[in-house]
This record gives sequence, C-alpha cells and structure tokens, in this order.
Amino acid sequence: MDPITVIRSRTVVMPSTNIDTDQIIPARFLTTTVREGLGVSLFADWRYDQAGQPKPDFVLNQPAARGCQVLVAGRNIGCGSSREHAPWALLDFGIRVVISTEIADIFRNNSLKNGLLPVVVDEATHEWLLANPGVEVEVDLPASTLRLTDGREVTFPIESFSRYCLMNGIDELGYLLQQMDAIERYERTREGA
Amino acid sequence: MTAQSLFEKVWQRHVVVPETDDTPAILYIDLHLTHEVTSPQAFDVLRARKLPVRRLDRTLATMDHSTPTDTAQIFGGLPIKLESAARQVRQLEVNCAEFGVNLIGLQDSRRGIVHIIGPEQGATQPGKTIVCGDSHTSTHGAFGALAFGIGTTEVGYVLATQCLLQRKPKTLEIVVNGRLPAGVSAKDVVLAVIGKIGVNGGTGHVIEFRGSAIAAMSMDERMTVCNMSIEAGARAGMIAPDATTYEYLKGRPFAPQGTDWDKAVADWNTLSSDAGAAFDKSAAFDASTLEPMITFGTNPGMVTTISGNVPERPGDAVFAKSLAYMGLTAGERMAEKPVQVVFIGSCTNARLSDLEAAATILRGRKVARGVRALIVPGSQQIKLEAEQRGLAKVFTDAGAEWRESGCSMCLGMNGDLVDAGQYCVSTSNRNFEGRQGIGARTLLASPASAAAAAVRGRVTDPREFLG
Repeated sequence: MDPITVIRSRTVVMPSTNIDTDQIIPARFLTTTVREGLGVSLFADWRYDQAGQPKPDFVLNQPAARGCQVLVAGRNIGCGSSREHAPWALLDFGIRVVISTEIADIFRNNSLKNGLLPVVVDEATHEWLLANPGVEVEVDLPASTLRLTDGREVTFPIESFSRYCLMNGIDELGYLLQQMDAIERYERTREGA
Repeated sequence: MTAQSLFEKVWQRHVVVPETDDTPAILYIDLHLTHEVTSPQAFDVLRARKLPVRRLDRTLATMDHSTPTDTAQIFGGLPIKLESAARQVRQLEVNCAEFGVNLIGLQDSRRGIVHIIGPEQGATQPGKTIVCGDSHTSTHGAFGALAFGIGTTEVGYVLATQCLLQRKPKTLEIVVNGRLPAGVSAKDVVLAVIGKIGVNGGTGHVIEFRGSAIAAMSMDERMTVCNMSIEAGARAGMIAPDATTYEYLKGRPFAPQGTDWDKAVADWNTLSSDAGAAFDKSAAFDASTLEPMITFGTNPGMVTTISGNVPERPGDAVFAKSLAYMGLTAGERMAEKPVQVVFIGSCTNARLSDLEAAATILRGRKVARGVRALIVPGSQQIKLEAEQRGLAKVFTDAGAEWRESGCSMCLGMNGDLVDAGQYCVSTSNRNFEGRQGIGARTLLASPASAAAAAVRGRVTDPREFLG
C-alpha cells in the first residue's frame, strides 16, 4: 500500500444517520471473488433507479461530487455487516476519508486495513461540515489533524499502530509474521506440545 | 487479585503479546470459521505470499450465504441458478482443497449456517476466541466464548498466523432480571435492549448479558440474544457458561470427551465474572415488563411493541425518510398491518426451538391467502430433526415453503427475495433498506410473532394464539 500523509479534497456530504454497510454495497454484489471493481456498485440502491440509470438527485451523481475524496456522513456510519466490500467499494469510487461523529467498529477496522481513513470528529465540527458541503478540507494523518478552511484545526483519534503502518506503507501481516516466535511459544505453553 | 469479568478472563488467556501505546495486543484465535463470501480474497493473499494455512486444526469452512435453499439445486443435480453464487461456492471448494481446509460442503449432512453449525458440532466452546468473516459471529458468545466478526483482510491474518492485532475493547454489562411473560421470547428481549441502547449503544464494547432472565434461557435463546449484540454495535456479546451450556455441549462431535470433558468443565466453571467485577457501562432491564416486539424502521433500533404505535418524531428528516421507505406513518398502529411475506430462518432464529415456537401456532392452521411463508432451517441436522418430529409436515400442511438450510432471505444474495414494497415479517436480524431485496420492507420479530402474522396475514401479537 502507498504511504498516506496528507489528503486535500472537497467534501461530499451524506447526512443520513446510521448508514449501514448494506447501503454502502448491497449483498447481491457480494458474490464476487475479487476486491476490484466494486466502485460502480457503491450505494447502488440509492444511486440508481430501477432501470439502472443514475438518479440525478443523489449526491454522488451530482457534478460537484466528482473528484471528492472525503465523505462526510451522518452520525454512526458503517454499522451492520462485516463486509470489507464496503471500504473496497468506497476506495474504488475514489473516497479516501470518511468523517462522522461515530464509526462502527468492524467498518472502521476494515477501513484502516485498506487505507480508507476513518475520522471521528466532535458534534460541532460535524455540524459545520454537514452545513458546508463541498468545502475543501485537509486531512493530515501524521498530525492526526483535520484542517478546515476557517482556520480551525481538529485533532482526531486514530489507533497508533494503524496510523504508523498507513503513514509508512507498512503491511500489518508482515508485522504479525515477524512475531511468529512469540506465537509458537504461546502455542507450546498452552497446548503443552 | 482484582475482580475480573468473563470477557477479561477470556481476553487475558489469549494475549500472545500484550498491547502497548504503540502496538495493539496480539490475540490468539482458537477457532476460525470461514465461508464462501468473505474468504476468496484472503486465500488469494496466501497464494500471492506463498503462505500456508497455519493451523488447519483450528479452521473450519462451510458455505451458507450465497447457497440456494432449493432442494433441486443442492441435491437434485441442477446447477446453482445464480451463476456468480455458483462460482463463489466452487471457489471455496477449490481453496479448501488446495490449502487442506476442513470443508463442510454443499451436500454434507452437517452443513448449515456457520453460526448454527459451530455450536451444533460442539466446535463452539466456553473460553475460546472465535472469529469469522461475518458480523453475527457474536452468536457464539452465548457459550462464554469471545467471538466477533472480522473483515476479509483479517481472515487472511488468521489463516496465516492464527492471530489478530487487537486493542482491548471496553465492557458493557446488560442485566436482565425477572421472569419473561408467556409469549415473550429471547428475540423480544434483545430487540427491546437494542431499542433502548440504540444501534450504536455497544460500539467499542463487549456486552456481557447477565441476570436471572438470561440464566433461565436455553442455549438456543442465549444464541438469539448474543447474535444480535452486533445490532447494538457491540464487538461481541457473552454469557457465562453454566450447567445449561454443558448439557448442550456434552457428547457433540468436537466437544471434549471422557476425562477431558471433566477437566474442561472444571476450567469453564472459573470463567464467570467475579463478584465485584467492574464494567465500563451498565444497563438493566426487567423481563417481566417486556412484550412481543416488532421493528417499524430501517435499523434494528427502530422497534416498538406489537401492541404499540410507530413513534412520532416531528422535525427528524432521517426518521421521516426511514418511515417513507417503510410506507408507515408516525403514530400508526403496528398491529393489523397487512403483510405479504413471512420468513422464519437465519442465524438469529432458525434453531429447532424456533421452529417449534412457529409450529405451535401453525399446527392445524393455514397460512393466510396472499401470504408467502418461507421456513428455512438453520442446518441440515435441524432440518432432519424437524422432519422427524413432524414440524416440517405442520409447515407444509399450513401451506408454508420448507427449504434446505442457509442464510436464505435474511440477505438478498441467494435468490430468496422479498419484492419491492412488500412487507415481510422476518425472524432475521437486519431491517436495513434493501436487505431482503430491493425495496423490501422488513419487520423484525420473533418466530411466534412471524407465525402469527403468517396465519392472520397481518402483524399480530402471538399471545392471541396462546391457550
């Protein structure tokens, strides 16, 4: 994975609360056996009409959404199914940061594993972002800081090891494999082998 | 020594390397369940990195999500109709053969929904860490295991190392005391809990369910409760093991045998939370005041009593959008709402006692005209037992469809679908928009409530059929 440092982008805003992973990508697209090409199915049931045509009033179909890498979502995004297809679809569409006041555990974890930054902000910042769609923001991963155009700097919590891996393009599986001595020791102790 | 909770005890036993400010704990996984939907990309990672599956003895695979429930497609020689599903099923067979993973395959008499067959085979045991690329892995917590859902990248980590990188979650104690009234089930309990604490009430936490109402529950009921912990956003749900747990497990294929069994029980008896164990949060419920519940909205927290009304929340645009999707009006009564589909199945409510609860109401009665009732056992063993006990005949005599096991209509990816605009009273776990099919309107409820709705063709309090 390429190292991530600073992401600058306009925002696209979806104020719905509790956006679940079934909305991000419906189950019928889960029979794939690869992780590529899911962007076209992102938010499929909200994005397309029954004939499969893009709904013009859906925010991701509007010209202003083009090129936006930051999705501001209503409270508590990512609840429900553990499908990693959700961050895969967002990334494939071009989203690299998801901002909300709460982000569900499994979705947040899956996002971190794929380089999609889950950014949790306070209510006031969130309300400002919801009220100002399309605003340019800067997400500074090394500083764990979100910078807004009005000069505000908001720090966000992010698990330190995931941040280190994302900043340096380090693969967590490689790290785990390096711990094999400790793992084998643990197994010998517990299994009495 | 400080008093420890059930979660802390199980967690501590599995720490390979403790967490620091800079690094998460390395947590050992005792049992890895895997299925066709969330594993193919993980096996690809192993292939690309030339890694084997590290512990085949701790890995068990099956297929349940995309598999059809139609007998002809499973046993009758007909191909799986959905081509992409057929490819996915074949891919799991190829992956398991190549890596040597124990697969409970399509025609295996032990096959079923992964969260139903783990316990049924006795692979789910107290004190274990159990993961699966599926959020409803929380089900296994009913045995006092620490069990949680993971994504595909982590499926790859566990296949390769038998470990995960984890920050220690917080704990939430949910105490349910008192006796459940007749006609009120475990499903109603957990729906009431989610209605109270919300779909994010458990985020970052492992729930321990305790109290006299939980202790009085069978394993089937405890699994229903823990299954839906994830719908409150929790990492996992757990219940301390006791005599009920041991009675369920004893003699099952993967359970310890002989003197190993006695040793295991002695150990499992030490797992319960110590008196005075601290929890980060706590909530309490009185079982005796609970009623049959039903959801009215598009997440499991949007729930009310069957005798109640759709709540009113003026000025809440998101709430209004949800009601618009459901075709419901604020203030409307839930009872008597006409329904077109009834689904009894899923890892939440497709065990034998769930089918018995449904059969109690359907026995000698007919599914209402214009209602499609689909009854899908959680496993092939449950199917067989339901047939031997005459339950299947009760269902087919009533005019319901009786199918092969699988996730079926819980999620629209195997051909079992609710049509747009139709109301489906469903014993599954999620009423999200489009979950059961594009435009489908899901009303989550207990097996008894679903059976009552099937007979009346309307949302019905199952207590109308009691005595």
